[in-house]
Amino acid sequence: MWQVYALAILMIVGSLVAVHTRYLLSAVISLAVVGLALCVAFLYLQAPDCAITQIVVEVLALIILIRATGVERDMSEIKNRKEIFAYEAIGIFIIAFAFFAFRALSYLPEFGHPVMKVSQEYIRKGLEQTGAANLVTSVLLDFRAYDTLGEATVLFTAILGAIVVLREVGRKKK
Amino acid sequence: MLFFLSFVVFLIGLYCVATRKNLLKIVMGIVIMEYAVNFFLILLGYRMGGVAPIVTEGVKEAKFVDPLPQAMVLTSIVISIATLAFIVAICIRIYQRYHTFDVTEIRRLKG
Repeated sequence: MWQVYALAILMIVGSLVAVHTRYLLSAVISLAVVGLALCVAFLYLQAPDCAITQIVVEVLALIILIRATGVERDMSEIKNRKEIFAYEAIGIFIIAFAFFAFRALSYLPEFGHPVMKVSQEYIRKGLEQTGAANLVTSVLLDFRAYDTLGEATVLFTAILGAIVVLREVGRKKK
Repeated sequence: MLFFLSFVVFLIGLYCVATRKNLLKIVMGIVIMEYAVNFFLILLGYRMGGVAPIVTEGVKEAKFVDPLPQAMVLTSIVISIATLAFIVAICIRIYQRYHTFDVTEIRRLKG
């Protein structure tokens, strides 16, 4: 499992660089590093379907973000006292959030020993009931097909929204 | 321990959203959080020494990793790209209107 640990650390480093670099283009590329590390981690965690989807989506996200970025720089800095106070408040909030979440982590099942009450049924009956050898596909398209329908609806609505926002011929100017 | 690392990635995304002033940096923070949550869900379904849940000859069913989180994460990844496209479209419109990505300068109303 050491590969997954290394990839998780690469994800942390990549996201830190993405947060702190001044150039937006390099921030986008660090973000792509995080996504591709996640893709390889999916492969090591035995989730090939997610890895395939992730790499396609990652490339698309890279193209979309580069289109938006151009050669802009992030020149915003902390200026006055009010903003320093805001920084402190955010820091305290994140520390409190982390504290409670880390306590919650101890109640989770141990890594490598998942609770598989529902999935047992899917694994046992997946092949004979749906005819799909890949159990992820059988869950996605048969046992939970309504979720996929909802996904398609959300996808359609979001792309429709993006087209409406971006189109050039809108209202006529008076 | 891996849960902990994925949680750290989530916190970095939260920090990015909360403190940066550049609109695109905020979008990147949201994307980082999405990655962290997907990673966490796949980690939850992993079984020690498991194999991918694809039925083949000679592989025992008892060794499959959990297929349910994988299916849900697949849905989540696809939805995240659609929402990212929508967010970036709004950002591009804001840039055309105000000629800046700085959220502290996008104050005046225009219509």
